[in-house]
Amino acid sequence: MLAFSIRRLLQAILVMLVVALISFTLFRFVGDPVNQMVGVETTPEQREALRERLGLNDPIMTQFGRFIVKAAQFDFGTSYQFRQPVSDLIGKRLPATLELSLVSAIFALLVGIPMGVYTGLHRDSVLSKLFLSISLIGISLPTFFIGILLIFLFSVTLQWLPSFGRGDTVAIGWWTTGLLTVSGLKALVLPSITLGLFQMTLIMRLVRSEMLEVIRTDYIKFARARGLRQRSINFRHALKNTLVPVITITGLQVGSIIAFAIITETVFQWPGMGLLFLQSVQNVDIPIMAAYLMLIAFLFVVINLIVDLLYFVVDPRLRADRAAL
Amino acid sequence: MTQTPLLSVRDLRVEFPTRRGILKAIDGISFDLKEGEVLGVVGESGAGKSITGTAVIGLLEPPGRIAGGEVLLKGERIDNLSQQAMRKIRGKRIGMIFQDPLTSLNPLFTIGEQIIETILTHLPVSEREARDRAVALLEEVGIPAAADRLNAYPHQFSGGMRQRVVIALALCAEPELVIADEPTTALDVSVQAQIIRLLQRVCRDHGTAVMLITHDMGVIAETADRVAVMYSGRIAEIGPVRNVIKAPRHPYTVGLMGAIPSLTGDHDRLTQIPGSMPRLDSIPAGCAFNPRCSLVMDKCYRDRPDLVQAGESRAACWKVSETEEAAGR
Repeated sequence: MLAFSIRRLLQAILVMLVVALISFTLFRFVGDPVNQMVGVETTPEQREALRERLGLNDPIMTQFGRFIVKAAQFDFGTSYQFRQPVSDLIGKRLPATLELSLVSAIFALLVGIPMGVYTGLHRDSVLSKLFLSISLIGISLPTFFIGILLIFLFSVTLQWLPSFGRGDTVAIGWWTTGLLTVSGLKALVLPSITLGLFQMTLIMRLVRSEMLEVIRTDYIKFARARGLRQRSINFRHALKNTLVPVITITGLQVGSIIAFAIITETVFQWPGMGLLFLQSVQNVDIPIMAAYLMLIAFLFVVINLIVDLLYFVVDPRLRADRAAL
Repeated sequence: MTQTPLLSVRDLRVEFPTRRGILKAIDGISFDLKEGEVLGVVGESGAGKSITGTAVIGLLEPPGRIAGGEVLLKGERIDNLSQQAMRKIRGKRIGMIFQDPLTSLNPLFTIGEQIIETILTHLPVSEREARDRAVALLEEVGIPAAADRLNAYPHQFSGGMRQRVVIALALCAEPELVIADEPTTALDVSVQAQIIRLLQRVCRDHGTAVMLITHDMGVIAETADRVAVMYSGRIAEIGPVRNVIKAPRHPYTVGLMGAIPSLTGDHDRLTQIPGSMPRLDSIPAGCAFNPRCSLVMDKCYRDRPDLVQAGESRAACWKVSETEEAAGR
């Protein structure tokens, strides 16, 4: 278990180094950073002085080393556009994105798993067929379209929920949360449904197919033959056996929820990292893009690590150090 | 002396509706099982042995369904009970053991959790008592250091040990009847005998009746009090084990017994029954065994024989009926 964790950690570090290399390359070779920073009237001498000051004349490896050391301290330089440290900008936007992602992931799990269990157990019921049709919509409609549809229905026509922004937020230290105010919560509803719908349908279909497989196994038959309660058979014995693939997929999906919140944030003008990233792309604000890339990679690596550790919790067969007696 | 049998199956029929018509997996079988008795059920694959067992415990997989007949447990019908009422009988009054111990246990729960949950479902005991009972049961089925092994997961046991756990699980709420569906088929030959002896011993100690489904005549000869020979969804012959083995009446049983190798036997070759059992969708009219029978008569192509008394056994064969009638019954 310890050896496994260490191996995993080394792999994670390797992945982060590769990603750092890519962001660094982006930094260095997509346009000349000096051009981005100075005005048209700057003299060549001033440019050269700036190059020297920024360390752009040092050997590439030295520069890369510096980039990594700084990145490890969350220092990604200054945004060209906003003239502010990138880490401050991202830090300000991070809570919005993480809250949105968290709520949509919870929505996807809380709705997706029960629907999957139900459709797996009652394959031919009318409700199952309805769920499956809905899930087809969730999988096939593009996110921005669902968002616009929801806005049209609930904001424009019914006027129940706001169509953009985070509503009122409360600051807890540097973290601003919309989870504690009514308007903040209301503002969360539509974006998180939009963002989580695809994941929800994916999880539902996955749980369904796993359930169909598990309820045919001998141990479920034996559990029935022992007269265990139907509830316990379905939700304890069967569901737990479907969890390993569900954890894998959910982990990956939580990563993509955070990474691809861009579209939802744009549709709902959600002041998160995705929106910031999109603005930075439009303005060729490379420090922000590089930092965003690193951050997303980091989140993926962390989530994967958690997923691997969760396997051990769920499946005793993987706890290799307690080998067969 | 006519006490109510523990289990009584009356003219049971099981059907599987398919796109190409209804398949009759079980076509009218009747048998009784006394308390504490061991009934062996033998037959080839597809003869309907396992289906009979699953029908009795009410676990037929849809679209399979009981199409007729009755199943009585101590004189009360159980084939028409609600799911909920039937669930309370399963495990508590009728236990079942499946073929493959490697897949019968849930891999994600310790065996202690599985046994204790089963006990708590059926018996009004505290968690503590259930735990003590689980330990006692595991000891009884020969698991060493039972108290420690309670916290072990199924993958930490060998196949034979897992089948012992399965037996403990099937017996943990003291059922009156255990249906053992080929309990040793998936096991190593060297372990098979141990498990059969264990099953026999534990059931004798608890006074549990056993319906032992197998295709191993050796196991039947050693364990069973009576044996039912099944062929194409019907009972071909049923009777005390000694009679059926020593003096089989039905030509199919005669063939089966001829096919058992014996150490002292003086035959060079084992006899074999020509042909194979018909598929469920092409069971011939009359006696299902007629294409393979050496004693076949005209009548066998026309009418289905019913079980008739022949000595201590009963056999479903026109030839047997004829002989019995000639003997003046």
